[in-house]
Amino acid sequence: MLDPTTPLQGVGDRLASPPLPVEIKGLVYETGGKRVIDEINATIESRRITAIMGPNGAGKSILLRLMHGLIAPTKGEILWAGRHADRPMAYRQAMVFHRPVLLRRSVAANVSHALGLRGIGRDKRAICVDDALRLAGLERQASMPARVLSGGEQQRLCLARALSLDPDVLFLDEPTSSLDPASTLAIERLLLDAQRRGIKVILVTHDVGQARRLAHDVMFLHHGRVIEHQDSQDFFDNPRSEGARAFLSGGLVL
Amino acid sequence: MKFHRRVLFGLGAAFLLASLASTGFAAEDDFIIVQSTTSTQNSGLFDYILPKFTEKTGIDVRVVAVGTGQALKNGRNGDGDVVLVHSKPDEEKFVAEGWGVKRHDVMYNDFVIVGPASDPAGIAGLKDADRALAKIAEAEAPFASRGDDSGTHKAERDLWGQAGVDPTKGSGDWYLETGSGMGATLNTAVGKHAYTLADRGTWLSFANKDDFEVLVEGDPKLFNQYGVILVNPEKHPRVKAEKGQAFVGWLTSGEGQKAIASYKIDGQQLFFPNARPGT
Amino acid sequence: MTDFIDAFRTALGLIVTLDPDLVEILVLSIKVSLSAVVIASLLGFAIGGALAVYRFPGRGAVSAVLSALMGLPPVVAGLVVYLLLSNVGPLGVLQLLYTPTAMIIAQVVLVTPIIGALTRQACQDLLEEYDEQLRSLGASSSAIVATLLWDGRYRLITAVLAGFGRAIAEVGAVMIVGGNIDHVTRTMTTAIALETSKGNIALALALGIVLLTIALAVNASLIWVQRLANRLAYA
Repeated sequence: MLDPTTPLQGVGDRLASPPLPVEIKGLVYETGGKRVIDEINATIESRRITAIMGPNGAGKSILLRLMHGLIAPTKGEILWAGRHADRPMAYRQAMVFHRPVLLRRSVAANVSHALGLRGIGRDKRAICVDDALRLAGLERQASMPARVLSGGEQQRLCLARALSLDPDVLFLDEPTSSLDPASTLAIERLLLDAQRRGIKVILVTHDVGQARRLAHDVMFLHHGRVIEHQDSQDFFDNPRSEGARAFLSGGLVL
Repeated sequence: MKFHRRVLFGLGAAFLLASLASTGFAAEDDFIIVQSTTSTQNSGLFDYILPKFTEKTGIDVRVVAVGTGQALKNGRNGDGDVVLVHSKPDEEKFVAEGWGVKRHDVMYNDFVIVGPASDPAGIAGLKDADRALAKIAEAEAPFASRGDDSGTHKAERDLWGQAGVDPTKGSGDWYLETGSGMGATLNTAVGKHAYTLADRGTWLSFANKDDFEVLVEGDPKLFNQYGVILVNPEKHPRVKAEKGQAFVGWLTSGEGQKAIASYKIDGQQLFFPNARPGT
Repeated sequence: MTDFIDAFRTALGLIVTLDPDLVEILVLSIKVSLSAVVIASLLGFAIGGALAVYRFPGRGAVSAVLSALMGLPPVVAGLVVYLLLSNVGPLGVLQLLYTPTAMIIAQVVLVTPIIGALTRQACQDLLEEYDEQLRSLGASSSAIVATLLWDGRYRLITAVLAGFGRAIAEVGAVMIVGGNIDHVTRTMTTAIALETSKGNIALALALGIVLLTIALAVNASLIWVQRLANRLAYA
């Protein structure tokens, strides 16, 4: 089942295509007596880049974590190509967090450790680490302690680590919100490259410009509900909902 | 990097194994454990006589020095082969209850009442120990008691009884119960300018005397008899009866008795052998 | 005051001449305490790491007990081990009472809660940062424990040093289960207690000074090993 066009060394049973569509059915998540995700029903078909947008507190990060299986929904379900997520499914996903989480180890060891957790043998790990660091332009920093890297480098390393796992689906939670333009651009290049290789990218972002540059479809959340979900061209040119219009024009979304 | 980590790990493991091997599991069996009192240890008697016994028999003697009460308790648990203590009624009870085989007199010394040179209760030179204690109680002058159920503590309580005084009424006030060994109690007494009852051996070898002196001595009531008992192997099969008996025999033999008599500090004999031959 | 001056002079004399009796009890002290700390570290890392990561009923209670045991009086630890190892105790058949092994066991009892509780705290702090990332990477609970222990290594070294400090300095436990037998179970601390009770205050203080010096040296060398290991790991 290995895809011969994959430029990275394959990691396990890489499928030719991501396990799509993602079907979200009646999804509810409550915490501390508050309903943060309120009956979301959605289907993500696109094999390209999906942006999740919305004002603060709309439930974007929670939705991402629910999809990735980090938290369990109060009600409802998420189906990947008609299947519930299980461990093999989880192994076909990776996630980059808002704030880079790096181990207190070298740059290379951070990638290697992640590969080790997925059961990749030592010899193969070394090759994957080299590839991943080269892709992210971090090969010269390989032996440096990861936590002394700059913010942009740290996030690039997190992305390189996620990509080294050769996922079918990649989640990102505002990966560039605290980065300078050059670092943001580097991340975006890596994402476009990943998408071209067939990886499904689901990205939470506040940055309208970034969504325009990257996304093929946009899911707009407000108060824990999906207000609208359509192709990005249509979304940006002709938003249907009041909330989205206000959001895109930089107004207050109430 | 991997190599170095392995070297460090290997060193650690090797050290652990080496230290465990060299400490715990040495299969040496040629020793006996003697449960004894702090007075015999602190006086230095054991350091003097035990090498003579070991030289003759090849048996190493390991002394655990605690109070008489605890020594007998440990003996009762079988955690020792021989007990050497100084509280005759308790020793006889120990044997009567079957924990010990037979009690032998070994030696005696005497207790002395020591105190600061200023002698606030004015007991210096009294020939009557209980009279001296009565005066201390009357003056409510500080008195440090072992308070640990040791042989010395038992002897001290007997003296208070004969003086007709219950010192525990002044407990914490002028009557200070240290709950410690002889040496520690002497340190407390010196620090608090308190009188105390000590065995002469420990007193003579005690190095922190300050201005303290022997104030009362020579009363027959201050007689301090030591006895030795082999722990009963019928109660505790792991007791090394043969080697323990060898030690008991040696202590009460002419040779052991001579060794005890020849232990001196500053020319003063500390213990007086009085084993009865043939017992 | 003269005691202090005497003490320093005596301490210096003991060290310079490598007094054989001193060397013997010093070596025993270090052997016993280091062995105890190595064993307690293995136990403490496992217990602390597991308490930080695994969720099970009574976990909070276990953590609380572990923390409370950090303050376990050495005499109590000594008594418990004495009762276990005594000839009338359940482990009497092993014949370990009044041996260095008994002292190691007692110190393991004393030190494991310290290393365990500090390890748990270190791992828990790291877990707050790492939890989602590690679960996203698909780490099993045991892999999370291993990751936290390695990444918390600096704090674990501090925990180990705290444990060593406790072990090398305590007298209550080794006195009871070791018996302070000359040439067999006499350690620095029991020797200090003995000399104090003999009224040899200056000698006791001198031994104390030597003990402190050794503790300092062990601390320094462990920190040095840690730095070295760290440098090599990133070389």
